[in-house]
Amino acid sequence: MIIDHPLLGPRDSSEFTYMGDAALIDRPDPEAEDAAQAFYEYAYLRDNPAGWHRELWFHEAGDRSWLVVTRNTLTHEISKVELARDVARSRGRSR
Amino acid sequence: MRYSGFRVLKEALTGHKGWRPAWRDAAPRPAYDIVIIGGGGHGLATAHYLAREFGQSRIAVLEKGWIGGGNVGRNTTIIRSNYLLDGNEPFYEFSLKLWEGLEQVLNYNAMVSQRGILNLIHSDGQRDAFTRRGNAMILNGADADMLSLAEIKKRYPFLNTADARFPIKGGLAQHRGGTVRHDAVAWGYARSADSRGVDIIQNCKVTGFRIENGVCKGVETTRGYIAATKVGCAVAGHSSRLMSLANMRLPIESHVLQAFVSEGLKPVLPGVITFGAGHFYCSQSDKGGLVFGGDIDGYNSYAQRGNLPVVEDVCEGAMAIFPMLGRARLLRMWGGIMDMSMDGSPIIDRTHIDGLYFNGGWCYGGFKATPASGFAFAHLLATDSPHPTASAYRFDRFRKGRMIDEKGMGNQPNLH
Repeated sequence: MIIDHPLLGPRDSSEFTYMGDAALIDRPDPEAEDAAQAFYEYAYLRDNPAGWHRELWFHEAGDRSWLVVTRNTLTHEISKVELARDVARSRGRSR
Repeated sequence: MRYSGFRVLKEALTGHKGWRPAWRDAAPRPAYDIVIIGGGGHGLATAHYLAREFGQSRIAVLEKGWIGGGNVGRNTTIIRSNYLLDGNEPFYEFSLKLWEGLEQVLNYNAMVSQRGILNLIHSDGQRDAFTRRGNAMILNGADADMLSLAEIKKRYPFLNTADARFPIKGGLAQHRGGTVRHDAVAWGYARSADSRGVDIIQNCKVTGFRIENGVCKGVETTRGYIAATKVGCAVAGHSSRLMSLANMRLPIESHVLQAFVSEGLKPVLPGVITFGAGHFYCSQSDKGGLVFGGDIDGYNSYAQRGNLPVVEDVCEGAMAIFPMLGRARLLRMWGGIMDMSMDGSPIIDRTHIDGLYFNGGWCYGGFKATPASGFAFAHLLATDSPHPTASAYRFDRFRKGRMIDEKGMGNQPNLH
């Protein structure tokens, strides 16, 4: 698989470390009433879809940036690559 | 029809006109006591043990394709019980004991071959860890034997024991481990279950569960609605997809594992060798092909095929300790989809929905577990209590912090 890095261009996927579902960007609120349940689900439960999947890839052997890659788990086709930083900021993080 | 040497002789003399299909092509009935989803090794074994050991009747196995067409036909056929942790070792040893008597019980030649398995050691730390594991195995009634370098050289003279990065210093052997003809396991269990009245229904895909007031009443399928008092799911690889029909999220990711077979060679490799440090393991099939593999690819996939970086990694591991493999040509390579769980161990448990039971999360170790998985799942379905050897394989272990994490990797499925 070739991942089209937004800053570096096309890179081989073996340069990256895979970290799973991009929903992991949204860490639950530890102050919330249901924090124990929310962290259990965050840490252990996954949607694991067959088809399009947004997932985190870490460019460990490159510029060490985190990416959100939209990839089809049935065909390994990649349709979109974003910097995880941009995704998090668009959701109001790091303000 | 019982199979025997006498029967083979009789059929040989009478033109082989007496052989009959090993199982019926059953059509679904409107209702069953127990419906098992998944006609793979675990599902068929569950049906066999439900009928044989737990006196259950009115059982159906639903398979979306043909039986044995999933992971039980795509694995590398190794059986062993060389685990460390208390939650695992009694279960896998129970499984190995069931393998040892399987062919007599099934009256079917599954080619169970206890040719031994060897885990290679390359450092003092690894020797300590494997000594501890061997002691845990012996404490649980399994066999374990630490081999010296001289003993390994005598048994396997072709191994490169002087690799610069991973010189071989010894090994942990389990002589009762070995290989089994994987398709015959599915066929043998299917034949036995069928002869005890189990309906094996192929080309019957489950499209939904009928759940009313928290109770599972039956399953919707491509061949109509089938009512069931109890429904057991055994579709490892696709567990998340199936259980999502019951609105369940699982502690599982699906990953692809590749396997390889060389052209047929004369006998060169007696037993199974695992080179864990180099991500490579190998055995030789009775047909002569060297059967080998390595790590999972490491990303979510349902594609049943992998990518080249892992092919390269496996082949590098092979060449490091097994240089003669470089002369063999590759005949086939393929991928299978694994239920990679959050601690690397399986789940055999009730769900929060009454009447709905789950068996999955086998990672890449489901084949060796087939008999015990079937037995334990049958025990759970028949008695509503976990089998003693599978009592740790519960859903709530993640919530309660009782993970069974052999490799100590944490909740990162692609590292198990």
